[in-house]
Amino acid sequence: MSKFLVALIPLLPLLGFLIIGLGNKKLSKTLVGFIGCGAILGSFIIVLSLLFPFLNGTAKGETLSYFDWISVGNFKISFSFLVDQLSVIMMTIITGIGFLIHVYSAGYMSHDEGYARYFSYLNLFVFSMLLLVMGSNYVVMFAGWEGVGLCSYLLIGFWFKNTEYNNAAKKAFIMNRIGDLGFLLGMLLIFTTFGTLDYLEVFSRANSVQENSTIIIAITLLLFIGATGKSAQIPLYTWLPDAMAGPTPVSALIHAATMVTAGIYMIVRSNVLYSMSEVTLEIIEIVGLATALFAATIGLVQNDIKKVLAYSTVSQLGYMFFALGLGAYSTGMFHLTTHAFFKALLFLGAGSVIHAMSGEQDIRNMGGLVKKLPITFGTFLIATLAISGIPPFAGFFSKDEILAHAYEHAPFLWGFALVGALMTTFYMFRLLFLTFFGKFRGTEHQRSHLHESPLVMTIPLMILALFSIIAGFIGIPEVLGGSNFLKKFLSPVITSQGAETYAALSHAVEYRLMGASVGAVLVVIFITWFYYVQREVRPAKEGEQISTPHKVLYNKYYIDEIYNSIIVKPLKWFSDKFYSILELKVIDGFVNSWGKGVNLGSSAIRHVQSGSISFYLLVMVAGIILILLINNLI
Amino acid sequence: MGEFFKYFSPSIYNYVILSSILFAIGVMGVLIRRNIIIIFMAIELMLNAVNLLLVGFSVHHDDTGGQVFVFFIMAVAAAEITVGLAILMMIYRNTGSVSVDSLKNLKW
Amino acid sequence: MDNILFFILSALAIGGALMVILARNPVYSVLFTILTFFAIGGHFLLLNAQFLFIVNIIVYAGAIMVLFLYVIMMLNLNKQSEPTQPFFIKVIAAISGGLLLITLLGALRGMDSDKVISDIPYSDIGLVKNLGKVLFTEYLIPFEISSVLFLSAMIGAVMLGKKNLKDH
Repeated sequence: MSKFLVALIPLLPLLGFLIIGLGNKKLSKTLVGFIGCGAILGSFIIVLSLLFPFLNGTAKGETLSYFDWISVGNFKISFSFLVDQLSVIMMTIITGIGFLIHVYSAGYMSHDEGYARYFSYLNLFVFSMLLLVMGSNYVVMFAGWEGVGLCSYLLIGFWFKNTEYNNAAKKAFIMNRIGDLGFLLGMLLIFTTFGTLDYLEVFSRANSVQENSTIIIAITLLLFIGATGKSAQIPLYTWLPDAMAGPTPVSALIHAATMVTAGIYMIVRSNVLYSMSEVTLEIIEIVGLATALFAATIGLVQNDIKKVLAYSTVSQLGYMFFALGLGAYSTGMFHLTTHAFFKALLFLGAGSVIHAMSGEQDIRNMGGLVKKLPITFGTFLIATLAISGIPPFAGFFSKDEILAHAYEHAPFLWGFALVGALMTTFYMFRLLFLTFFGKFRGTEHQRSHLHESPLVMTIPLMILALFSIIAGFIGIPEVLGGSNFLKKFLSPVITSQGAETYAALSHAVEYRLMGASVGAVLVVIFITWFYYVQREVRPAKEGEQISTPHKVLYNKYYIDEIYNSIIVKPLKWFSDKFYSILELKVIDGFVNSWGKGVNLGSSAIRHVQSGSISFYLLVMVAGIILILLINNLI
Repeated sequence: MGEFFKYFSPSIYNYVILSSILFAIGVMGVLIRRNIIIIFMAIELMLNAVNLLLVGFSVHHDDTGGQVFVFFIMAVAAAEITVGLAILMMIYRNTGSVSVDSLKNLKW
Repeated sequence: MDNILFFILSALAIGGALMVILARNPVYSVLFTILTFFAIGGHFLLLNAQFLFIVNIIVYAGAIMVLFLYVIMMLNLNKQSEPTQPFFIKVIAAISGGLLLITLLGALRGMDSDKVISDIPYSDIGLVKNLGKVLFTEYLIPFEISSVLFLSAMIGAVMLGKKNLKDH
């Protein structure tokens, strides 16, 4: 593969960012749209040219070194890219979905005054994300990691005139910071342990460390803390729902399809290390499953269309981590891929609805949109079916694989995971029914404005819908006559551990599991339909009396309030005290006393400056004599 | 008679002593006089003392550097005196005196 | 012969220098300065530094000291207008000068007197021809720059010497 072409993949978005960012006010909107989308399209085409040789099996993973980035003593970090099966998949997702979302944004943001700013940020994001997945060592990954965090911050706070949005942006940034610290520490620990940060070198030296030794547990746990921050897992997940303050396409690209999956990518990338530490895998498994269930329960009662999707994302990310914790890395990647398509589609569909409703996001004020927004409805339905796991949509295969792994591990885990999947089905269909069925509940003004989105927005929806249907076919399990292509495809970058366990289940058990989950999902869909369409139950209005468990869920378990009172408030109190005592009295007092001392001393000494030149000369000569004397004596 | 002059050979040792004496006289001149013109002349004395020493060492080490340096010192001294005396004229015009004590503004 | 010349020239230089700082009349001071400079010029000749001897006479004794005389003449300075220092300052100044001399001579402490007391060897580097060659080859750039220095000194002197700059 050509070094130059590979370098172009991240460079094109960077170039787009520079051109749009610097020419902000001078470029016309059309031109900005073309440059922004064109840069990503260019990258996408190059990525495809890399992808096909890998699909054929003719290409092998390759490290492309560009220049020495940091070189201090024996600490050397080269700026190099690792192009292999794993990074190529990620690059395809990022540039492919990224391109569709760029096109969609051109329609969605067309009336916004920050159009050029928006596209420059978006291009910068794609650049950082590509850097993250393409880097061949942890430092390049970390650079991309921080870059996407920055872009996430900028885009969440895109409408910076709203204080609440700014607070959401800051929250996301700070939460990520906590995770980043873990990642950074993990990285340093890797360096002190293995003496290098290059993936391949680290993995080849991994067996120099005892399996399940403290050091490997510490490394993997620290890296996992980074992943919990970036991928919104317990306990650092609360930023993601708030991140919905950004424009909807941003939520689709950054907070559903790409950035939040960085943690999963990182763990899959480091699977050699993770496979050596059973404790960490157990922890990831528990955290992932807990997040999946926890976020799903919150999602059940949310009324904001984007909040529901946000909690759904947290929940699905939990699923992916759950799969990783089970040692099923390729399954995690599989779910990541399918999820990227249908969740991006859901967000874009939600964006289309919001666009049609003139900015309304509360599903209590929607309903009956099916006639007005047929294309949006159709694509939204496909995505909902996909996320619920109805065959043959994409989500079915990936989710089923996770469930099968869970069952193979322990049947009760399968039970929990299935409950999560059923909750997902419930809240997704609740969302679908409340939004598109029944009577329109909005204002007259909104009703008159209802319209299907322009083609520039619906075409990406349709393409994503197509992929939400077929993306699952890359991983059809053997039991359904497939060959699980993805697993074979990823096998060069994933250690054999955990990958083969799936085959341990007999076909009969697998059929039963699939039947059980699909049947249960169908039942839940029926119940939801009965509840929200047949009986036309509507969510409680603001201020209406609701039962206690409902209230707890509606308020997201009061997690934000708890964090606020146990972390933010004590911190604030300490800061106040430090300010009033340490800063104002001790430090200021110390500094000021020096100032006063100098002032006093100088007012005493200044009388030496009598103004008499003869006196000055005399003192000068005395000084010279003194210097010469000292010189002589020494 | 010859016994007395024995100590006055034109050697580097004696030139160091002679230059030191001339330099010290220059310093003393600067300190005991208040007339700026005399102070200037005392400074010229010091410069010449240094020049003499430089030439002496230049010959002693058989190195042209010292003598070239003296040449430049003379050039700088000439420039310095030109400007210095012009400033002196201004001082006299403004204060009506050539005493250093007339310049007492350089104080707190 | 050299020793006698050295003695006479040194005596002239020191005596002249002392008179410069002790004479009450500024005009005498100038004249004694010229005498001192001639004595130092003599030393230059003794050291076979002919070029510097010429320059010393022309620049110092000729140009600079004449400038001094002109200034004294223009300001009409004489014994009566001479400001005097208080006596105790003079004592302190003398002591400081003496101390300085002692410390300077202290530098000779470690000298191997037998070796350095011998006569300075004959050297022809001070001849006009040799020094000129060095000046126009190795030190050409400083030499040229010094002309810029003179130009600026000249301009400075003219600017300062003007009665009132605003008149023009």
